[in-house]
Amino acid sequence: MVAEIGHFALVLAFLVALVQGTLPLIGAARGDERLIALARPAASAGFLAIATAFGALTWLYVVSDFSVLNVVNNSHSAKPMLYKIAGVWGNHEGSLVLWVLILALFGLAVAWLGSNLPAAFRARVLAVQALIAVGFLAFSLFTSNPFERVAPAPPDGRGLNPLLQDPGLAFHPPFLYLGYVGFSIAFSFAIAALIEGRVEPAWARWVRPWTLAAWCFLTLGIALGSWWAYYELGWGGWWFWDPVENASFMPWLAGTALLHSAIVVEKRETLKSWTVLLAILTFSLSLLGTFLVRSGVLTSVHAFASDPARGVFILAFLTIVVAGSLTLYAVRAPGLAGGGLFRPVSREGALVLNNLLLATACATVLLGTLYPLFLDAVSGAKISVGPPYFNTTFGALIAPVLAAAAIGPLLPWKRGDLGAALQRLTAALAAVAVSVLAIYAYVDRAPWLALAFIGLGVWLIAGAAVEWAERVKLFRAAPAESWRRAAGLPRAAWGMTLAHAGAGVLVLGVVASSTWEIEKLQTMRPGDAVDIGPYRMRFEGAGPVPGPNYAAIEGRFRVQRNGVEVTVLRPESRTYTDPPMQTTEAAIRPRFGGDLYAVIGEPTGAGAWATRLYFKPLVHWIWGGALLMVLGGAISLSDRRHRLGVPARRRQAGLAPAAAE
Amino acid sequence: MLKRLSLALVLCVAGLGAAAAQQAGGPEQHLDDPALERRAVELHKELRCLVCQNQSIAESNADLARDLRVLVRERLAAGDSDQEVRDFMVARYGDWVLLAPPVKRDTWLLWFGPALVLLLAAAGVVLWYRRRAGAAPPAPLSEDERRRLAHLLKAED
Amino acid sequence: MSDSEAPASTRTTAPARTGWRARLAVAVAPLALFAVIGGFLFQGLYLKPQEIPSVLIGRPVPGFALPALPGRPPGLSSSDLTGEVSLVNVFASWCIACRYEHPLLMRLKEQGVVTVHGLNYKDTPEAALGWLERFGDPYVGVGDDRKGRVGIDWGVYGVPETFLVDAQGMIRCKQIGPITERDLAERLLPAIEAVRAGRPVKC
Repeated sequence: MVAEIGHFALVLAFLVALVQGTLPLIGAARGDERLIALARPAASAGFLAIATAFGALTWLYVVSDFSVLNVVNNSHSAKPMLYKIAGVWGNHEGSLVLWVLILALFGLAVAWLGSNLPAAFRARVLAVQALIAVGFLAFSLFTSNPFERVAPAPPDGRGLNPLLQDPGLAFHPPFLYLGYVGFSIAFSFAIAALIEGRVEPAWARWVRPWTLAAWCFLTLGIALGSWWAYYELGWGGWWFWDPVENASFMPWLAGTALLHSAIVVEKRETLKSWTVLLAILTFSLSLLGTFLVRSGVLTSVHAFASDPARGVFILAFLTIVVAGSLTLYAVRAPGLAGGGLFRPVSREGALVLNNLLLATACATVLLGTLYPLFLDAVSGAKISVGPPYFNTTFGALIAPVLAAAAIGPLLPWKRGDLGAALQRLTAALAAVAVSVLAIYAYVDRAPWLALAFIGLGVWLIAGAAVEWAERVKLFRAAPAESWRRAAGLPRAAWGMTLAHAGAGVLVLGVVASSTWEIEKLQTMRPGDAVDIGPYRMRFEGAGPVPGPNYAAIEGRFRVQRNGVEVTVLRPESRTYTDPPMQTTEAAIRPRFGGDLYAVIGEPTGAGAWATRLYFKPLVHWIWGGALLMVLGGAISLSDRRHRLGVPARRRQAGLAPAAAE
Repeated sequence: MLKRLSLALVLCVAGLGAAAAQQAGGPEQHLDDPALERRAVELHKELRCLVCQNQSIAESNADLARDLRVLVRERLAAGDSDQEVRDFMVARYGDWVLLAPPVKRDTWLLWFGPALVLLLAAAGVVLWYRRRAGAAPPAPLSEDERRRLAHLLKAED
Repeated sequence: MSDSEAPASTRTTAPARTGWRARLAVAVAPLALFAVIGGFLFQGLYLKPQEIPSVLIGRPVPGFALPALPGRPPGLSSSDLTGEVSLVNVFASWCIACRYEHPLLMRLKEQGVVTVHGLNYKDTPEAALGWLERFGDPYVGVGDDRKGRVGIDWGVYGVPETFLVDAQGMIRCKQIGPITERDLAERLLPAIEAVRAGRPVKC
């Protein structure tokens, strides 16, 4: 019964989306107010319908209704409730419903929170959202129906994969989807503007909060996935440049560029054509990612066949959306004339540089991800494009971005003086010099590349601090004055400071953990000890421990530092029976300075065990930095000026010093 | 999507199913010479695990990965250079086994592509700057516009 | 909004007019690029990225000599693979997919179509012998590749795999995964015939 309700709701959502995608567009073109006014209630109705469908599917999982094929394939009565719910989106069909739900959610938000938008424009935005939903709902209803029944209903489900019963893996998809589906709003805004044939100065102000929100979620989603890989996959890797990871990273790069170029459109009314294109490209990359991950085009596992039929459908949809929007762009973009002029050395110039490099980096990741496919299609040759390629090319491109990020905020609009800006950054330069020299002097092995990126990380953090200090006149005015200024700083300024500093923290974490990781692989007998940096790990033995649905071998390591016991690590090697599978559960203990990481491997006979022991310096700064970036974005988002259309207020504030946001 | 990913991980982690149960041959011995062992580990990170989804043989639990790790150590102990070990693997499995694609005619576009894109984009930006700086100043005000401007300026006083 | 705030865009200056071709080209470029990428993506749907073609095709069989399974001579070595066209089938008792193709291999033996040799990959002799007893023994020679080293020399990365070797001892074709009826009818049998007739073979 519930499955039928869910199915019906899905069909209803499809029909509503069809209406929402056409009538308001006609209304906006004709100036017909009634048709325009249809957009908002349609968005609400569509959201209710898809929410009902999603709710129905969730209910089916919660009660373990095994008469529904999707539940049979992906759930099991013995699964903890939390993971039964996570199972809703842990499969192709269910995740599509989540996709559309988030699409509708963002549309609903624009419908109700976007009262500062002109009605016709908003109607167009909602219509474009709906058209995207039409495509995905059609895909779902015609090829991937989650409510399909199976008769006779089996007694239990097949979906008890222990790897999926994990908080990190189970819950990072919703954040990812909130991220790259959220970029659909920027896309819809761009299309609406192109349909109207003009990009108003306010357009960038309207688009920024939505883009920022999506960006925050995507950053969080990627960070969660990376953190999961670190603690689950048994050797502490956290990024593999895998096609599935790249599929989420490319929209992130484009989205970051979009965030920055929208600033220029808002403040200086230029770069409009580029920003609109970027908005289209960011969401196109989201769609491309969806295609890559679901079509089986990029897979390298030995035994899986892929279903070309599904892939064709997504590709057709992708083509319609992307080719359609790019055609519209080709037609309308030449008419979007620019406004403010600026010199290359200026804040706009710095943002152009940022965009140039980020766009190239994004194109590079795309090239590397698709190249094996390209080569296979052209000549049948098979090659691998792995981390060595991406690390080299991406690293080379991101370094200048990091360098410029500290300088850009200190340059004025229109025309700036690089020398003067660098002079103001003397304190930051000093910090860089001190840290690099200190490491060079005190650390055994300091490859120049590592030193360079350490320098960049410190540069970013110190540069953000210097910029903030200038705004509050730290040390140049009375402390009370600085405090007052700090309290009055616009939140967007705080956001930028935090986000840039967070990026610096992330860079430091990446460099430190990659360069100075200590890895020791050996066989150990009880009583053996290994020195890892300042720590000594003594193996005490391994033995079986029971688990709810697995049998595990637990190893025990006593860790000492300078003779003082610090902690006991208990890594496990688990063997599940249903389905048969083995996982390693590394024991991780964060310490000041880095993580202790221990893995117990196979028994090697005569009471000895294979063990892998690590010390990973500053590895938590990677996710700490990412969280700081998200925090910065969220604080920026909470800036009231984003929520109200505030042209009037700004005109008064326009008399404030140029350094203020 | 997740299902495929997790199944791929199953294969890697379990090592081709029942092969794990056939684990013969004892522990994986490291090379005695630490410099040689370090070379081995670096090479392990460069070679692709052929039965996993995008892992190197350094990271994979799969049986074949283990065999290849042992083989790399043997070749190094026998005196092969790093390049000779790579060539050894490529002779058997093709370029695909290298995680860093070799630089050959087939892959020029891949390796030089990013620089090419950067140059083209930078050239585009420079041209854009030039065109805008060189744009003729706005046409002088017409008679009518001048009168309107004067009127407005007077009104502001 | 008063007139003086009209944006500069309402004044068309000369360069904006004559630059329209360049601007159109720039505006169309993303679309053109997407068309190229889209074309490749479409092609990609019909490729098999997980199958690695053998780099040994057209090269001589790697030199090796493997002992027989205990009590079941003969073994297998590279010298056995000259003189006639043969198939070398990589199998193991722990390989589930091998059971799917095994009846076809038995049929090849019974009908005398082609000589089939076996490469017992990373197996234990007892398990392998038991498996052959249970499911049938289609092989002439079986090499006991306990550690899988010979397999690596052949570029084996999974089981089962099957190689077509010609009378001169050159590897001509490789089948990845179990041989299905369709593979047999459409690829392998025509290939065997072509090799025997001395015609070039496309695998």
